[in-house]
Formats: sequence, structure tokens, C-alpha cells
Amino acid sequence: MELSGANILIESLKQEGVEYIFGVNGGAAMPIFDALYEHPDVKLIMMRHEQGASHAADGYARATGKVGVTLATSGPGATNLVTGIATAYMDSIPMVAITGQVFTHLMGNDAFQECDVIGVTRPVCKHSYLIKSGDEVADVIAEAFHIASTGRPGPVVVDFAKDAQIHESLFRYPEKVNIRSYKPKVEGHPRQIAKAVELIHNAERPILYAGGGVTLSNASEELRELAIKTGIPITVTLMGLGAFPETHPLSMEMPGMHGSCCANYAFTDSDLVIAIGARFDDRVTGDLTKFAPNAKKIHIDIDASCIGKNVPIDVPIVGDAKRVLAEMNKLVHRVDIEPWMRQINEWKEQYPFEYEQNGDNIMPQYVIEQIYDLYSDAIVVGDVGQHQMWAAQYFKFTEPRQWLNSGGLGTMGFSLPAAIGAQLGCPDKTVVNINGDGSYIMTIQELVPAITMKLPLKIFIINNMYLGMVRQWQELFHQKRYAAVDYHDNPDFALLAEAFGATGIRVERIEDVRPALEKAKGIDDGPVVIDFIVDEEENVFPMVPAGAGLGDVIRGLA
Amino acid sequence: MTEERHIFSVLVENRFGVLARIAGLFSGRGFNIDSLNVAETDDPDVSHMTIVTHGDAQIIEQIYKHLNKLIDVIKVTDLTVENHVEREIVLIKVYAEPQRRGEILQIVEIFRAHTVDVGPDSLIIEVTGDEGKLKAAIDLLRPYGIQELARTGKIAIMRGIAK
Repeated sequence: MELSGANILIESLKQEGVEYIFGVNGGAAMPIFDALYEHPDVKLIMMRHEQGASHAADGYARATGKVGVTLATSGPGATNLVTGIATAYMDSIPMVAITGQVFTHLMGNDAFQECDVIGVTRPVCKHSYLIKSGDEVADVIAEAFHIASTGRPGPVVVDFAKDAQIHESLFRYPEKVNIRSYKPKVEGHPRQIAKAVELIHNAERPILYAGGGVTLSNASEELRELAIKTGIPITVTLMGLGAFPETHPLSMEMPGMHGSCCANYAFTDSDLVIAIGARFDDRVTGDLTKFAPNAKKIHIDIDASCIGKNVPIDVPIVGDAKRVLAEMNKLVHRVDIEPWMRQINEWKEQYPFEYEQNGDNIMPQYVIEQIYDLYSDAIVVGDVGQHQMWAAQYFKFTEPRQWLNSGGLGTMGFSLPAAIGAQLGCPDKTVVNINGDGSYIMTIQELVPAITMKLPLKIFIINNMYLGMVRQWQELFHQKRYAAVDYHDNPDFALLAEAFGATGIRVERIEDVRPALEKAKGIDDGPVVIDFIVDEEENVFPMVPAGAGLGDVIRGLA
Repeated sequence: MTEERHIFSVLVENRFGVLARIAGLFSGRGFNIDSLNVAETDDPDVSHMTIVTHGDAQIIEQIYKHLNKLIDVIKVTDLTVENHVEREIVLIKVYAEPQRRGEILQIVEIFRAHTVDVGPDSLIIEVTGDEGKLKAAIDLLRPYGIQELARTGKIAIMRGIAK
């Protein structure tokens, strides 16, 4: 049967099991939206800005592990997607971003709403395609999904010319994708695995350092087995939180700039670092010359270009974390590291995450503790800034895909639309959005689809009336010159929520924090926004200043 | 770390946009391309690129890995560490008044080069060879006045059959 390119696209998405497309309509994508009109299987979620659409697709992908799909028109629609594509790229999130493009005969002519999308997105996506004819659609979509979801996952851009959307051709979906130049290596080399196991068995002060790659490869079970079988203490990065339960005695919690003192000291004193799906990011390592100076390093990663990029590696293992860990688990046994564990436990006891109560102010950490107490099973979607670090520190994550945030690109405005995607992907879970006053207002318009769909999102704003993280740096490193961070002129977010049609609650006193959170639990016919007015100048500690070594962590402002 | 010159032989899918992806890989990381040659192979679906670049060992390793990571790249070989043959062609337009033409043609002969165009006051000379030979020929012709010069960039392939 002959179908239009737009209909072939939708049929192809059906073949890939796509339930939702997050999009915003526009001229050059109209045939696609027309094909989606009242479609029984593939539902279009009408977001209010293309950036929101891309983050929603991203949040859906992070929560479910499936490929997120976003759709926008040409030109400004496509350029608005770019932040979301780059966000997904930095965190290796499987996504297919479809953009309408002007008619092929107009391309390159500065046509209305024309933009070289392939050119603009090239450095921020895993791969991209330009469809100029309807008969290419099925093959391109099959390849795009294959590339987005295999190897090191990432976003794939499909730019789709309008005449190709209209042009009719025969629909035949390829049964198998075979790209001769793309064969990700998933099995780790047995000799390398044996070498790693030998190092593990001979180490005196080993630590496991796991990242987002563990979650991406669904290797959380295998990671738990490795840690528990060997008895090696473990730190999990911001991107991997929940891959190993933070409540477990072996957990040292998060490492890095605002990580636990224990994890940072453990890196510095260790004699073996076993990195799994983590990339030695600058926010984790601090000054590279002082990073784990006495440790041998094992690095398991599916992306060969990640290995040895920042830190020299003694035993590189290219492969899928799940497969490699499963092989390792067959060979490892318990290691005798009692003195090291004593030291680790001493650090944990001596330097827990802690804060001081300031007068009658609501401390932001207190709010997170209360959220954790009432919503410990929820999916938590964090934004970017101080609240993100407090959430990472004070909420104890126990399951993979429980904590979603923009770790790599650090995109403010990510969380509200991502929470929408997460809630649609996991309708039976409670989704908590921990947001900041600065980040919330960047994508606040996405309250509209959340309200329309009656999504029971719990939107908790840690409102300190500042771009708090920048203000903290200004306080510490710029002589308190608070340039362009004062957000006291923000609107009343509770009133604004009501104006949108959601429930809005403003909390200004400590004793109102818990009752408000309890009340939010009972609201399930739409989003609830709680605006917590917190201590304005509280800082995030511990802190490893940019450029310092992990051993030079500032524990607090005492 | 010391900088080294490396020659990468890269087989890529012959599709639009591939060159931009490769160029973007270098420019986005601040790596430099010394020369780049692209043309179809015997198989019209596949293009061969010869990329000459330089950097310390870590940069060269990153270039190798990132080239491999590109979806459209079929195969990457660092020819610097392999036994290989390399060639380049240069076209040199040199001033050649009738009284000096004889000297220039002698140089052409010594280098087994070719004269490919003759004008009233100039000659275009084609020299093929490795880098050293091209440099020697250009240096010898420079005193006569080089008006224009164009090089193909290096092309290179491995000797023998890869096992």
C-alpha cells in the first residue's frame, strides 16, 4: 500500500513501539501532525515550547529506558529543540528528534522558517539524517532508533523535508538494521576482565566508582552483586544515583564537587579505582594531578573514546557494563580490606551531610529531608543548581531511574517538562519535581499540558529568591558582588500556579512544611505546586572549589 | 608530551555531510588538520580520506577513537605506524622568461616532473612524490618566482594485504 511520507513515519514509529511523541506544531511539520490527528496508537503530547518537548521526551526515556521521541517544525521550532538535544547527548539519553524541513526545492534559499538543522545539531547529537524523499523514511527511522538505543545511547536527529512528508511510496519496514560502519562492542575482552579481577583481589584500598552508564545498560543488579560479593565500598555519581542503594552500608554516597567527604577522601587514599560507566568528569575528579594519585585504575565503558580521556587507565575494558560485570561476578570473591573499611566508616561517621538551622528560616535541606521522608519511593526529577545538590545529598536513592537530572549539560528548565515525560512513562509511580526558583520559571509554561492531562505531579520549589549556585560562587570567590542573581522580583509561584489551573501552596514557616507535603500527597487530579520560601543565603557544602583536589574539600563555613 | 605527525587513512560511507562530520570532530576539539584528501574508491559507495594531523600521543589517540566513533566511518588506520606508500601532487606556476626556461626545464627533468602548460612568460610544472621531494622541487623553483601553487594533499595506503 502506498502511504505519504508522514504516514510512513507514524507507521514506522508504531513498529518501534512508540506510545508518545512530545511536540509543537508548525508549518513545515503539518503533514506529520495531520497524520497524528486522533491517531489511536501514537499519542501526540502538545507541549508549549519545543525545549519543553525535547526535555519531556528525554524524561520519558530516562524513566523508562525506552527511546523518547520529540517533534518540531523547521527553523525556530528546530533551534528551540537544540538545548534538549544537547542535554540528552551529554547524558547519553536515547532520543529521536524529528524536525520538519522546508520543501527540498527551497532548501538553501533562506526560505521562510528555514534553518540548516543538520548543521546546527551536528556537534550535539549522535547521528543525523536528512530525508528528501518519502521512500527513505522507513529505513531512516529504523536506523535512527537502532543508533539512538544501542552502544552508548544518544539523540538522533531526523530532518524531514515537507515534500517528502507528502510524497507517497510503498511502506515496508526493515526487519533488521545492519549498518556496516556501526557495530558497538558489547562483550568485554576476557583477558582484560581477568586482569581487572586480579587487581581487585590484590588491592588493599579499592573503591567502586559507578556512573550513569550503569543505569543506561540496566546493570544495577550486576553492580550490586559485584559490590556485595567483594565487599568493596562504592560511590555513585550524580548521573548514576540509585544504581546502588545509598542506604546500604557499603555506600559512600556521591563523589565530587558537592559529594560526600568520605567518597572524596576515599578516592584520594585509594590504591584501586574501579570505574564503571563513569567518565572521570571534572566535577567528579577536581584537579586531575591530585586525583587518586596512588591508585591503579580499571575503566569499564562502552565508549572507547571515554577511556583514558582525562585519566590514564591501567586496565581498560571496552564493553557493555551489564555484560562485563556479569562476567566479572563469576570470577570475583570477597576481598580482605578490613582496615580500609574501618577508615571508610570513620569518615562516614565523622563527616555526614549536615547543616545548621538558621533562626526560624526554613532550611532547604530540611525540606528535602521531609520530601524524602514522605516520598522515598517516588521518581525524583531535579533541575540544576543548589536544590539539585541538596536533593542529591539528602534524598537517599535506592533504585536506578529514580533520580532524573541534567548532569552533563546542566540545563536549567529541564525538570518540569522531564517530569511530564516521566509521569507518562510511569503512570503508576509518584513523580516529584524538585525545582529551583530560577530553573522553574525557565520552562514554567509546561504546567499547561500537565494540567490538561491531569498529571498528579508534585512540583516542589526550593525558593531562595536567587540564582543560588551562582550567588554561592559570588559569595566565596567574587567578594559577595551579587551580579545578576537577585530573583526577588519573581512572581508568587503559588498564585501563578492557581492562575494556570493547578493547586498552589506557599510555605513560609517551618511548621507548615510537612503539612503542605502531606496535603500534596492527597491531590491526584492534577499538579500541585508548593513554593517553599527558604533561607536565602544557605550554601551547599561540602565543596571542592573548582581547580582544587578532592582532598582539599571545604567541609563547611565554620 | 612531544608532538608527532600522523597520517590517518579513513574509509567512509560516500554520503553528503560526512566531510562536515569529520571536519567538525577536529574543529570542535581544537585539533588541527594539516592536509585532507577525499575521493571515491573503486566502490562508489565508499570514499577514502587521507588526513594528516599532528598532536601529542593523547590527542592522536583521541582523534583515532573519535574517528572510529562516527557512524559513517567504516575503517580507520593510523598509517604512521604501518608500512605504507604516500604520494602528493603539486602544480607550480613559475615565471619563465625565454632566457631562463632552459634552466627550469632541467630542474623538471631532474625531479622527473612534467611540464603541463607553457605560456609566453610562465610554465606550469607538475611534481609527484613524497613530502621531501616536493619540498626540494619547490625550493629550487622559488628563485624563479612562483606565481601560483596548488597541492592535492597527501594520499596514502598501506603496503601489502592486511591480514
